[in-house]
This record gives sequence, C-alpha cells and structure tokens, in this order.
Amino acid sequence: MIVEFGHFALILALLVATVQLVVPAAGAALKDERMMRVGEPAAVSQLMLLAIAFLALMHAYVTSDFSVANVAENSHSTKPLIYKMAGVWGNHEGSMLLWVLILALFGAAVALFGNNLPPTLKARVLSVQASIAVAFLLFSLLTSNPFLRLDPTPSDGRGLNPILQDPALAFHPPFLYTGYVGFSIAFSFAIAALIEGRIDAAWARWVRPWTLAAWMFLTIGIAMGSWWAYYELGWGGWWFWDPVENASFMPWLAGTALLHSALVMEKREALKIWTILLAILTFSLSLMGTFIVRSGVLTSVHSFAVDPARGVFILAILILFTGGGLALFALRARDMQTGGLFQPISREGSLVLNNLLLVTGAATVLVGTLYPMVLEALTGDKISVGPPFFNSTFGPLMVPLLIALPIGPMLAWKRGDLVGAMQRLVAAVLAAIIATVAAYAIAHRGPWLAPFGIALGVYVMAGAVTEWANRIKLGSAGRAEALRRARNLPRSAYGTLLAHFGIGMLVVGIIATSAYREEHILVMKPGESLAVGGYEVIFRGIEQGRGPNYREDVADFDVRRGGAAVTRLTPSKRLYDAPPQPTTEAGIHPSWRGDLYVVIGDPQPDGGYAVRAYFNPLVRFIWLGALIMFIGGGISLSDRRLRVGAPARARTPTPVPAE
Amino acid sequence: MRRFFAWALLIGAMLSGAAGALAVQPNEMLADPALEKRARAISAELRCLVCQNQSIDDSDAPLAGDLRRLVRERLAANDTDAEVIDYIVARYGEFVLLRPRFEATTLLLWLTPLLVLLGGLALVVRSARRPALQEAGGLSEEEKARLVEILEEDQQSGPSPR
Repeated sequence: MIVEFGHFALILALLVATVQLVVPAAGAALKDERMMRVGEPAAVSQLMLLAIAFLALMHAYVTSDFSVANVAENSHSTKPLIYKMAGVWGNHEGSMLLWVLILALFGAAVALFGNNLPPTLKARVLSVQASIAVAFLLFSLLTSNPFLRLDPTPSDGRGLNPILQDPALAFHPPFLYTGYVGFSIAFSFAIAALIEGRIDAAWARWVRPWTLAAWMFLTIGIAMGSWWAYYELGWGGWWFWDPVENASFMPWLAGTALLHSALVMEKREALKIWTILLAILTFSLSLMGTFIVRSGVLTSVHSFAVDPARGVFILAILILFTGGGLALFALRARDMQTGGLFQPISREGSLVLNNLLLVTGAATVLVGTLYPMVLEALTGDKISVGPPFFNSTFGPLMVPLLIALPIGPMLAWKRGDLVGAMQRLVAAVLAAIIATVAAYAIAHRGPWLAPFGIALGVYVMAGAVTEWANRIKLGSAGRAEALRRARNLPRSAYGTLLAHFGIGMLVVGIIATSAYREEHILVMKPGESLAVGGYEVIFRGIEQGRGPNYREDVADFDVRRGGAAVTRLTPSKRLYDAPPQPTTEAGIHPSWRGDLYVVIGDPQPDGGYAVRAYFNPLVRFIWLGALIMFIGGGISLSDRRLRVGAPARARTPTPVPAE
Repeated sequence: MRRFFAWALLIGAMLSGAAGALAVQPNEMLADPALEKRARAISAELRCLVCQNQSIDDSDAPLAGDLRRLVRERLAANDTDAEVIDYIVARYGEFVLLRPRFEATTLLLWLTPLLVLLGGLALVVRSARRPALQEAGGLSEEEKARLVEILEEDQQSGPSPR
C-alpha cells in the first residue's frame, strides 16, 4: 500500500513539474504575476511529493518488502539496517529517485529563499528547473521505475554488492548528487538570463551561493568516494581515472572555474558571456556524468546499470539540455553587453588563466574518457585510455595553475603589480625552497621531480596564509590592529584561505604518496616479521570469523615501532552470503606521517600467506585537504553577503514570524 | 543486447576481481629487484583485458597474471622495455595499452589539451582586443539604473557589511 502511495506520488510529481514548467514561463512571457507565482508552490509541492516517494521506497527497503522488484534485486533480509537504508540509492532506479529528489530540493530552495530575485527571473529559473525534473521523472517512470511489484514474491532478496556495503560508500552518493545536481541551479539561472536577454553583476551574486553549495558537496562527495576506493578496493590506490570517477571530476573542474568566473562577474562586470557559457557547460558535464554512470556505455569499475533503452533515453536528455542550452546561448549571447575592462596582469587576468587551465583540464578528462568509445564507433579500432594518459596530460596542466594560484589574490583588480605580488610571496617561496631541501634530505629515493611537487603544494599552502597575513597587516600593524582586522575580515576571505590551503595540502598528499610509497609483496608465515615505513610488522596467524552476513579469514599482525607495541592490524578476506562474493578488508594504521596499509592474500602451498604491505606517506593530506576545502566553502557560504535568503527576510510578506 | 549482457557479466566478474585483493603474487616476482621494478612499471601501462579499466599490475584476474608472467619472461630474456611492450601489443593489440600510442587515430586525443589551451588563449586575446575598440561598451544608462536599483533593494532589506 505504502509502495503504491509512493508510486502515485512520483506520478503526481511529474504532473506538478509539468505545471511548474509551463505556467510560470507563460506568466513571465505574458507579464502575468499570478501565473509567475505558481512556480513557488509547485516547486515546494514537487519536493514534498518526491520526498514521499523516496520515503515510501525507503520503507520498502527497511521492512524488506521483496514484493517490490527493486528491493528484491538489491536488498536482503539479513543486511544491517543502515545498508538497507543506503540500499535505496545503491542501485540504478533508487539512485535516479534520489537524483530527482535533490533536483527538487534545489528548486524548492530557490522558491523559498529566492525572494530577492526579480519575479520574472525567478519564474523562469523555476520553469527551467522544472523542465529538467520533467525529463528525469519521465526517465524514472518509463525506464527505471523503482516501485514495480513482483509476483510471486521471492522469499528473500538478492542482496547488495558486498563491496558497496561500507559506510563511506553508502553515504557518498547523496553528497555527490547534491554536488552535481546542484549545478542545475546555475544552469537554470543561465538559461533564464538568456531568455530574459540581460545579465548583470546581481545575477552573479544570486548564482554564486548555489554554485558554491554544489561545489562543496561535490568536493566532499568525490573525496569520500576516493577514500572508499583507498581502503576498500585493497590495493591502496585512491584515484584510478576510472570513467565513473571522471564523471564526477569533470563537473568539479568546470564548477570550480564557474565559481571563479562568477566572482569576476560579480565584482567587475567582466566575463559575463563566458560565465553563462560555463554555467551551461558545468551542468552539461553533470548530465554527461549521469549518462556515463547510468547508461553503462563505458567500461568501468563501478557501473551497474546496463540497459540500452536507458542509455538512449539519458543521451536524449543530455542532447536536449546541452544542445538546447548551447543553441540558446549562440542565439542570445551576442546581444549581451560586456563590460569591465582589465589588463592581462590583474586579478581578472589571473582568474581568466584559472578558467583557461581548469576548462582545458576538464576537456582533457572528457576527451580521454569518451575517446575509446567514439573511436570504436567510428573506426572499429579498440584502444584504451588509462591512468598513464591522464597523469601525463592532466598533471602538467595543473602545474601553472598551482603556481599562479597564490599570485592571483595578491593582484589588484583591473591592473595588478606582478613584482609587488611576488615580493609579498617571498615567505611562501622560501617555505617551498625549504620543503624541496627537506624532501631531498628525508627521502633518498623516488623521482627527482617529486620534491618540487611537494614544494609546489607547500607554496600554495604558505601562499594562502601569506595572503591572509597581508590582509590583516600581520607584522606591519600592531597586534591589536591585526587582531581587529582578522575579526573584520569577511568570512568569504576565510573561505578562500581555507579552500586554497586545502588544495595545497591535497597536492602535498598526492605527490608524497605517489612518489614515496613503500610497497612489499611477499609470503609470510606465522611468526615472521617485516620492516615497513619504520614499523616492524609481525604476522601472528589467521583465524576464521563470522560477521552478520559474511564469513571471514582474519589475519593478525602486531605492529611495533622502535621495540614498542603500536597497534594490532587485522586485515581480512570476507566471503559474503548474498550475493556470495569475496572482498578484502585492509588493515590500516593511520598517522600524520602516513598510513601503514596491510592486505592479506591467498594461502600458499608452503603454509604461508601472500601479504601486501604499504607505507603511504602523508596520504591523509589528500582527504584532509578536501575536507578543509569543504569547510572553507561552508564558511564562505555563511558570509552574510552571500547568504541566500538573508537580504530577503525583511521584505517577505509572509505570515511566518521573523526569527 | 547480447553485448550489454556480456558487459553485465564482465562487470560482475570485475567487481569480484577488484575485491579479490592481491594482484602481483609473491611467486610471480623476479629475484632481481631492478628487473622487477621495470616489470612493475611496464605492468602499470598494460590493461587487464578482461577487466574494466584496471592495469595488469592492479588486477588479480587469471589473464592479468598470465600477462604479468609474460612481461617478466620477456624481461628475463633480456628484452628492453619497448620490446616487451611491442611483444605484448603484437599479441593482444593496441587495446592493451593504457597510454595509447601517438598516431593518426589518437592525434586528437593527445592534442586536445594543447588545442583547447591555444584555442582558449586565442579567444581571450580576441575578446581582450575587442572592447578596447569600443571603450564605451559597458552598461547602458537604463541597465546601470536597474543595477543600482537591484543592489539598493538588497541594501534596504538587509544591510550587508562591506
């Protein structure tokens, strides 16, 4: 009954979205205020209907209602409760439901908090947002309906793929989706602006918080996915240039560029047309990501929806929105006024460079991801494009970006002083030189370029701090004055500081762990020991164990350092009951210095076990850096000047009492 | 349809492969560390043919193991790195290379970063020149008025600290 209720709510949501698509847009064209207003209640009720549908599906999962095909195919009665809940989006149909739910959430947020928007713009934004919803609700209902029943009801479900039964993985899709679906708002604003035929600094100001929110969640979602791959896939890697990873990375790159170009537009009225184009492209890359992941056209580690009808449907959606958006752009962009002149060496100039390099990076990833498929379709040649390609093309593109990163914020708007900026960065450059020397001194192996890579990261971190120190006149003014300035600095400045600092940390982590990772592959018998990354690892033996829905062989390792016991690691090999699949659980001992990472393999004929042990130096910096970027985004978002609803509250004629 | 079904099977096989843990087995490794190091570097460039986007160095599929052994056999037979790779490509095709060779069919792939970068630069230069000619560009009076109006609305309803 509840399932039918959810199904019905999903259909109703489609109808409401259709109304939201048509009526406000017509109202904006006819200058009919009442029609324009329809967008708001429609967006809110669309959200409520989809929330009902989503909860209904979750109820079916939690109660293990195997009469629902989706539940029977993806859940199992013995699965722990949190994975039953996470199971809702751990499959194609459910994840599309989550997709439209988040889309509706953003639409409703604009309806509720966008009171400072001009009514016609708001009506058009909601209408465009609804057009995306209509497309994806149709997709869901026609090709991927999660509410279909089974007859007869199977006695138990097939279970969720065991490697997906993991907290970080279970909860990263909502973050990831909030990220890339969030860019739909930037898209809707861009299309609405093109329809209106005008765009100004205020537009950028409205769009920026939404983009920032989406970017934050995408950042943390990608980081969670990478963290999961690191500890769950069992070979200690954290990024594989897998198509599914690329799918989320491309909108991240374009979204990062968009954040920066919208800044130029807001402050200086420049890069307007470019910003609009970038907003369209960013969401198009989100759609591309959805297409890549959901259609299964590309060979990839985690893809699990394999159905041509769906692929063609999403491709049609992709072509409709990307093609439509770009066509509208081509028609209308010329009419838009450009403004804000600037010299090449200026804050604007540096942000143009940022955009150029980020977009080139995104294009490289896009072409690399799609090339094998397109080439095969055109010529029949089968080639592979893997990590070595991306490392040698994408990597070098990021070097100038990172070098320019601390310089940009030091330059004035319009016309900057490069020499002056460099002088102010002396401390950061000094820190980088020290880091280079230190890296050479500490590490005796690894590629000769690696210390420079680490120095680059340190320079970015130090550059972020230097900029902050400059702004509060640390050292030049008195301590009280610096403190006062530090307090008065807008939160967005702290957001920038943290985001840039986080990028630096991420770079240090990536280079350190890639260049200086220590790896041992060997056979160990109980009682034998191994020296890894300054630790002594002693293999004690293997024991059989039993978890809630798996059996496992658990290895026991004592970890000692300088003779003192540090910890015990228990990497294991699991065999899940349903579906019967093996997984490996790595034993990881984290520290600031790096992670000790031990994996157990198969028993060997001589009574020993295959063992793989790594020391991954500074690997935590990767995710810590991403977390700091996320926090930076949050702090920036809390800045009053950016806060979505803040300026509107006093003016809203609603009966809701003010807080 | 059949192809998609085959893919489904492949993905299933792959997921279990990904979770199977050890790729390079201790008994496969060469005694000479320098040679083994070269073998690992070559392996990272070669695709596991039955996997999805994994190198033979990362995969524990049986075929990947065969290829790893083959690489080591060739190295032990004093092949150079390039000879080893040529040998594998001759048997398994270009598909096995994770870093495609620079040739006619991959020209666009390899040149994309450069083309986009240069194209972008050209665009930047062009658009930087254009407004210089029409200095007066910018906002029309009407638009300026509207902008001021909008910004004032914001100011009235909530003073923003500037």
